[in-house]
Amino acid sequence: MKDEMDEMEDMEKMRKIGEKGKRSKLRVNEKLLEIKPSGIRKFFDLIIGRDDVISLGVGEPDFPTPWRIREEMIYSLERGITSYTSNYGLEELREEICRYYTKFGVESQPSNVVVTSGVSEGFDLAIRSIVSPGDFVLIPDPCYVSYEPLSTLAGGRVISIPTSPSFRLNYEMIMEHSKGIDSKVLILNYPANPTGVSYSKKELEEIADAVIERDMIVVSDEIYAELSYKFPHKSIASLEGMQDRTIILNGFSKSFAMTGMRIGYVMAPDDIIDAILKIHQYSMLCAPTTAQIGAIEALRNGEDELEMMRAEYLRRRNFFVRKLRNYLEIRKPEGAFYAFPSIVETGLTSEEFAEKLLLEKNVAVVPGNAFGESGEGFVRCAYAVSMDRLREAVERIIEFVESLK
Amino acid sequence: MDKTEKMNRTANPTFEVLKLLEENARYSYSEISEITGLKEEEVKKIIKKSEEEKSILKYKAIIDWEKLGEEFVVAVIDVRVNLTREKNYDDIARRIAKFPEVHAVRLISGEYDFQVVVKGKSLKEVSVFISEKISTLPEVRDTNTHFVLKTYKEEGVLLFSDEEDRRLAIVP
Repeated sequence: MKDEMDEMEDMEKMRKIGEKGKRSKLRVNEKLLEIKPSGIRKFFDLIIGRDDVISLGVGEPDFPTPWRIREEMIYSLERGITSYTSNYGLEELREEICRYYTKFGVESQPSNVVVTSGVSEGFDLAIRSIVSPGDFVLIPDPCYVSYEPLSTLAGGRVISIPTSPSFRLNYEMIMEHSKGIDSKVLILNYPANPTGVSYSKKELEEIADAVIERDMIVVSDEIYAELSYKFPHKSIASLEGMQDRTIILNGFSKSFAMTGMRIGYVMAPDDIIDAILKIHQYSMLCAPTTAQIGAIEALRNGEDELEMMRAEYLRRRNFFVRKLRNYLEIRKPEGAFYAFPSIVETGLTSEEFAEKLLLEKNVAVVPGNAFGESGEGFVRCAYAVSMDRLREAVERIIEFVESLK
Repeated sequence: MDKTEKMNRTANPTFEVLKLLEENARYSYSEISEITGLKEEEVKKIIKKSEEEKSILKYKAIIDWEKLGEEFVVAVIDVRVNLTREKNYDDIARRIAKFPEVHAVRLISGEYDFQVVVKGKSLKEVSVFISEKISTLPEVRDTNTHFVLKTYKEEGVLLFSDEEDRRLAIVP
């Protein structure tokens, strides 16, 4: 009752303001009108208030940050290490990052690294530093949700490359979609969210051929690099002629379960890193100092915990795929912690499937079309949940699929 | 199947199976098979062999008795012994280990020779056991008893409620 009265009062107030000063101008950045609201949002609202939901919709590790990393951050706070760092990030951390990245085949210098507030900031920096209004940005579809909106915001013209049903980007796809235009940027993400696809060295070489032929820059989001199960991850920058045209994005969120710490980095050629720093120094100043300290500890002493988590994800992947493949068409993902089964045979759309599954069986998955049109007919299942929960979830999904027959 | 995957799967199938069982002894044959990619028959064979060879000693549950309000007392006793030609560490340790009250016996470095963990119903029961059964062994020179006041971690399992999952239900 009280709420209702408050509401009426509010409406009355708004009416008065409206009368006095009617707005005549568009107040928000008009670029934002081009940006669609996130498809995930709607689904999120459906879940709120439901009990006993097993969510396979969470794109982050279920492990907390390893204790030794947290302990190091706590200790740094006790010592009062709470001031800004250089815009680039701590020198020590950038040295560790360069040492670390040799494992993915890249030799770089601390001066080519900027520490960011996660890959999310890193991606924004990468795009804004290279895209001028009207530049063409090639983005594989489906892909992580921020690539297209941030490219559009930067004034880029987005060309989607549909990759369904293999979800493997290849030479032909890139050449086909860059025909007749002066394409500038290719976004690459592997192991990929939402598909779990990753690329072997041979496949990367093909992609690199197209990039070089079209004289493009690659923005390579390698956040899931450590979660590669089929072959060791190689950065596309490690291929001949590619380091000078690649912006590597990576971070600590997925590999070291540090999502909430917001810590990542960009590794780029001289001219681009200079451009990136210009934006970063004014927009972010520096990445959180505490998180940078944690990141140093992660790279120095986090290997065992990382390996433990990786082994656990691999077990879950095997379990999930083997259980589900008798009921839905599902490919074995090569990396990350996502499976991307096809639900076409159920006769439902991605959204219908996800919504019904939630309402009937209390299991949340993300409709594939939230990641682009090409994701239609698929759902993303994140297996970053404990084995017990995963077992329960898979049983419920199977019951659900059986009930549709 | 390519290199790493094969490596992950079969580097040592016995180790992989036993690691899973060590984490959760209640995994079924079929679940272990699904997780590791080994055939169910193979999993059965590995487990049977490990049981026979006694690399799997026993299956048991880790129970938080304190939570159930069960009264019991645990003591950690450092034991210093005299060795003789007839009685070496192994002989003495076996003699101590055979008491059902004794939970664990370890040969340790430092001032003392053994660390013995004893479990009993009451302080008195444990004290009597130590003074009558351990201290009186002819090889035992002296003992130093610590009664356990509270256990925080047992067999790698935290006995206090740990962090809960605070993640949002949907994250892109």
